[in-house]
Amino acid sequence: MQRIINNPNLVVEDMLKGYEKSHSDIIHSDENNPRVIISNSVKEKKKVGIITGGGSGHEPAFLGYCGRNMVDAVAVGEIFSSPTAKSFYDCIRAVDQGMGVACLYGNYAGDNMNVKMAIELAEDDEIEVKTVVANDDVASAPKNEIDKRRGVAGEIFMWKVGGAKSNMGATLDEVIKTTQKAINNTRSIGVGLSPCTIPANGKPNFMIEPGTMEFGIGHHGEPGISVKKLSTAKDIASNMVEIIYNDSLFENGDEVSVLISGLGSTPLMEQYILFDEVAKILEEKNITIYKAYIGNYFTSLEMNGLTLTIMKLDEELKECLDMPVDTVGFK
Amino acid sequence: MKDYIYDNNNSWIVLDIIEQIHLNSSYLSEIDGATGDGDHGVNMDKGFMLAKEKIPLDSNFTEALKILGRTLVMDIGGSMGPIYGTFFSKLSRTLKSKEEIDKYLFLDALKNANQGLLDLAGAKVGDKTLIDTLYPAILSYENAINNNLTFYQCLYEMKQGAKSGMESTKDMVAKIGRASRLGERSKGYLDAGATSCFIILDTMANSIQKELAK
Repeated sequence: MQRIINNPNLVVEDMLKGYEKSHSDIIHSDENNPRVIISNSVKEKKKVGIITGGGSGHEPAFLGYCGRNMVDAVAVGEIFSSPTAKSFYDCIRAVDQGMGVACLYGNYAGDNMNVKMAIELAEDDEIEVKTVVANDDVASAPKNEIDKRRGVAGEIFMWKVGGAKSNMGATLDEVIKTTQKAINNTRSIGVGLSPCTIPANGKPNFMIEPGTMEFGIGHHGEPGISVKKLSTAKDIASNMVEIIYNDSLFENGDEVSVLISGLGSTPLMEQYILFDEVAKILEEKNITIYKAYIGNYFTSLEMNGLTLTIMKLDEELKECLDMPVDTVGFK
Repeated sequence: MKDYIYDNNNSWIVLDIIEQIHLNSSYLSEIDGATGDGDHGVNMDKGFMLAKEKIPLDSNFTEALKILGRTLVMDIGGSMGPIYGTFFSKLSRTLKSKEEIDKYLFLDALKNANQGLLDLAGAKVGDKTLIDTLYPAILSYENAINNNLTFYQCLYEMKQGAKSGMESTKDMVAKIGRASRLGERSKGYLDAGATSCFIILDTMANSIQKELAK
């Protein structure tokens, strides 16, 4: 394992210290809980609080999306492991201004449980909390079990829309409704070329044979739907779009936003090569790309591979995407 | 031999459980590595050792259970924090109602803990989770009570039920949690949570038996 770290058991703590020092103009950590990152603009105006949280190892997710007009507070977990109920609860308390709190997170067993317990704690403080649970990964379950699907890079669109809506002065119910629409309109698919290693484990706990790729791989290396021979960017793009398209959400003539995220060690060059192919296919289908985002938006440590996320747009979602933000991960 | 134990001064039973989780942490991570991300032992060890520092040596059994439960919920996260946190908190809440813990009160506590987990995580028997250890353990224990066995003997039956329950997860396909993404590929491996649950129940039963025999 080739790593620039100190103690493998303290990588999250050590990262957070560096993160806070380098981005003190945008965020700060909670006085009593270093696992809670709070936007410096959190109480600039009265609005619905937006929080999220998840395991570490996905940087710049989740903490990179904390900042003005996006997420107000982020709960930080161990690597690939849900934050504690207390951290979610501390986030809720840090952002509530009497208008309620929207907790926008991904569909994983641990996060579901810890958020549930945090909401119960917040009920005792009479803080209203509602949730949107991202389930954009088409490969993680069939369409008739859509509630079982995982949240992946589509969460970035979810946070962007939720943060924007809240800043427009929407009520908690309105924020939830629009954010739920955003995630309902979003589909993602991943492809993995090499595994990743949790520093404390020291070795990868799954393998991808050289010359092959795992289609539909999850953000923690969850196995995909098939293992294929590694082919060209053109083929990969065509397969990825096809799987998303087969979920029968998108139609010819749609307007969409596209996000390609590297999983950690995929060069930007390859992400742009793939995007060019995706754009060509969408053009053939008469689908217009309103906005495209390419880069390492949601990673899995040093995994090689990428995710493709497409969101179907309407006027409201476009307006939300257009609102400027001041975060580390999203410009 | 007694047929009950005192709540008073018996925090060592919980410290025994912590010790066994600590000793087995590498083994648990290794099992988890087959179907999960291989951090089960590390996470469990972190939480249980943190609780150990907070439990006074001569405190009550239920006080120690409460501290362990709260520490896991508040400081550990993941799936195991809320799951085992709820498990130990529910045990504590039921058991602390009396100074003497007999076999009937212990059954109530196990049932309440089991219900707490069902409400929280929604796992059922056969999903390849710790419920597959816990549920048959409780069933065996309850059968033993119905057969008028002593507390000591009931605990022996509970251990047997827990063991065969844990072993049954080997042939199961995971239906919940991260391993469920593996589908058929999760077959052939013990579930890590079912294994840690066995260690917890087995150790707790052994220690209570020791106390009964004093």
